[in-house]
Amino acid sequence: MTKADIVNAVYADAGGGYSKKESADLVDDIFETMKEALARGEKIKISGFGNFVLRDKRERQGRNPQTGAPIVIHQRRVLSFKASQILKQALNEELYFDLSGEEGTPA
Amino acid sequence: MTKSELIEAIAARSDLTKARAELVVNCVFDAMLEALQRGEGIEIRGFGSFTVRPYKPYDGRNPRTGQAVTVPAKRLPFFKVGKELKELVNESRVRAAEFERLAGEAGDHPVVDDGSDDDE
Repeated sequence: MTKADIVNAVYADAGGGYSKKESADLVDDIFETMKEALARGEKIKISGFGNFVLRDKRERQGRNPQTGAPIVIHQRRVLSFKASQILKQALNEELYFDLSGEEGTPA
Repeated sequence: MTKSELIEAIAARSDLTKARAELVVNCVFDAMLEALQRGEGIEIRGFGSFTVRPYKPYDGRNPRTGQAVTVPAKRLPFFKVGKELKELVNESRVRAAEFERLAGEAGDHPVVDDGSDDDE
């Protein structure tokens, strides 16, 4: 799924009678608004979907995995996504997922 | 920012009523949830991508009691932050640090709470 598919969903299902262009602008507005909040250092909580949280990481020693050479990983702020229980449950409803594990691959 | 704050922001930004903005925001997250439910990944350029990873069942242990348990097969969603957003987020830390430094120079002792989780 790409942004174009989300635009189509808004066009078809949001009930607003929006044109394709308006639907595209609305979808852009949503992701832009979220980006701006995260860029201000704000976390985002979307109930029923998940939380986008920011974490400050301290500087630490790491290694170049290719060469094994030690390097300094600088202090930084990272974004991570915590899926809501509702989303996790939605992915594991039997209707959508064969729980026999046939398609599964190990972690 | 909560979903209702996002809805308010979209209403203001796109000149919609809150009710209409709510329908649009819900439509977007519903469509994304349904894609993940189908096992489909989602790619939003400039933002990031979501994937679903399947796991086979495995025998695990309850870490507290040591008792053997069978963990059933499951699927979990993952998010990988896009390059542009990754940089924006890290810059927010740099800006906050700069703000603190300037405020410190001015002789203030501001309390800066960026609301982020620092538990790792």
